[in-house]
Amino acid sequence: MMDAQPAEGFVTADGRKIGGVVMEMKNITLRFGGVVAIKDISFDIREGEIRAIIGPNGAGKSSMLNVISGFYVPQEGEVIYKGQKRPPMKPYEVARQGIARTFQNIALFEGMTVLDNVMTGRLNYMNTGLLSQAMWWGKSQREEIENREVAEKIIDFLEIQNIRKTPVARLPYGLKKRVELARALAAQPSILLLDEPMAGMNVEEKEDMSRFILDVNDEFGTTIALIEHDMGVVMDLSDRVVVMDYGRKIGDGTPDEVRNNQEVIDAYLGVAHD
Amino acid sequence: MLYREAGDFKTSYKDDSQTFPIRIDRWGYYAILAIAFIAVPLVINDYWASAVLLPFLIYAIAALGLNILTGFCGQVSLGTGGFMAVGAYACYKLMTAFPEVNIVIHVILAGGVTACVGVLFGLPSLRIKGFYLAVATLAAQFFLVWLFNKVGWFYNYSASGQISAPTRTVLSIEVTGPTASPWAKYLICLTFVTVMAWLARNLTRGSVGRKWMAIRDMDIAAEIIGVNPLAAKLSAFAVSSFFVGISGALFFSVYLGAVEVGEVFGIQKSFLVLFMIIIGGLGSIFGSFAGAAFIVLLPVFLKNVLVGGMGWATDLAAHLELLILGGLIMMFLILEPHGLTAYWRTLKEKMRLWPFPH
Repeated sequence: MMDAQPAEGFVTADGRKIGGVVMEMKNITLRFGGVVAIKDISFDIREGEIRAIIGPNGAGKSSMLNVISGFYVPQEGEVIYKGQKRPPMKPYEVARQGIARTFQNIALFEGMTVLDNVMTGRLNYMNTGLLSQAMWWGKSQREEIENREVAEKIIDFLEIQNIRKTPVARLPYGLKKRVELARALAAQPSILLLDEPMAGMNVEEKEDMSRFILDVNDEFGTTIALIEHDMGVVMDLSDRVVVMDYGRKIGDGTPDEVRNNQEVIDAYLGVAHD
Repeated sequence: MLYREAGDFKTSYKDDSQTFPIRIDRWGYYAILAIAFIAVPLVINDYWASAVLLPFLIYAIAALGLNILTGFCGQVSLGTGGFMAVGAYACYKLMTAFPEVNIVIHVILAGGVTACVGVLFGLPSLRIKGFYLAVATLAAQFFLVWLFNKVGWFYNYSASGQISAPTRTVLSIEVTGPTASPWAKYLICLTFVTVMAWLARNLTRGSVGRKWMAIRDMDIAAEIIGVNPLAAKLSAFAVSSFFVGISGALFFSVYLGAVEVGEVFGIQKSFLVLFMIIIGGLGSIFGSFAGAAFIVLLPVFLKNVLVGGMGWATDLAAHLELLILGGLIMMFLILEPHGLTAYWRTLKEKMRLWPFPH
């Protein structure tokens, strides 16, 4: 694997510099009872790249994302993050290590405003105690304002300033997706996981979202791993693609390599059984 | 036109995150504080203090406490009465054990004791949610009342099994005991309410409050952005119980003076406070006050109208009161699930446009 691409990174066709490996999945196997959701999969995610995970329905993509974000603990294999083997940990501990994500079905806090939702992304940076906050003095107030500034930059970046005080429950679907992205970005993650960021969107919204994903990667240098069904989007956005089918990895490489992989074509178009 | 937010610009995030960002709200708040602290003590009498103002203020603290747990953090509790009893008995034990210490410190310490007990009974919330948690807190309610009835140490082995508050002073003014004057009782409660509401507001607008609300709205997503559910839920139980404990301590020491635990802090009390926050509005500081006012004032109002105004028999009126209160609660739940807070918001919206229809 390692000799295919140099360990210290490479430069993409459009001139972006991709760094070393941030996260490496080694021989991951995940079972639910007798069902094997992921079977012996290995791949890596490099710093600064947009890494797509694709595959037909039920291929195990979301399970893979859940392994990365700590929801599922695989029965076999290891996750190596920033050069160290990651012990089994709770999702909130994974989040504190700098991995943020969005969900396939939006998982925003419906009762809170957009601003409060984005501010929840900053929670890992806010650690004044209960008593200090109850008084709203010095340190806790300063902390609130500092983090508000970061949150406002993200809000500005994703062009949702005008709805910042609106309760999320009142927003249309496309905007909710964007707010969820804002919340994940507010955490300034090392790796951003996007679970079907364009699901259920029309063409215009998809274009907007694609632009934001590229901008995020470009502007903040955020490493992004995403699951997506829209092949056009995946091929345009991503630097490298992992293809899964029935829990196995059937392809891994640049969009062009994957597009011409016979096994991938078979998985997507079906094979004549005769 | 009456209520305007236009032209009230903020140039810093500090200004923007203040409690009353709209000028007219701020003035209203100061006006109410001034009336409550200066005007009311001058005209207060025994009837107003014991029938209306003291219960309103003390229940408001309890409602704030339960609202933090249920309204902000989404953990339903039916143990409020039991936790109020903890506050009351802790206060009683402290008052009798350390007579020389100021009552204010006793009340705050009683809140602290209740917070610890609350955390203990909050532990099941890590495993169970919703109705099941409510039933688990019900266990706290019954266990605590039983404990205070059963173990003589808690009521200093008094013959009646009651606890009664000795006379205590603040700034050499009597605030507890039979001879304390109504304005002194009122002011001590008002001071506590003001401080507690301020604390509650500060907690709910900062990162602690966001953690609670995140757990309430979607606990899985909360965990994925780095909220430790254990810490968030237990801190909500602690803060909530602290509030409820203080309200219990005041209820016993300042308001009633003598308490028999099963009668005063029974399951009815838990439901009463729960009704307050549901009617007032879950997840709202204003709602806690509105709900407490509604539940305390309505029976007084009905009694005055039915007995005083229409000359009905007292027992008939007392029964009708219950019917009407129950009916109103149901009506509220059907017509406005978000409680009085939502009406308040609509009213402000209307006042903003008045006299123009759009």
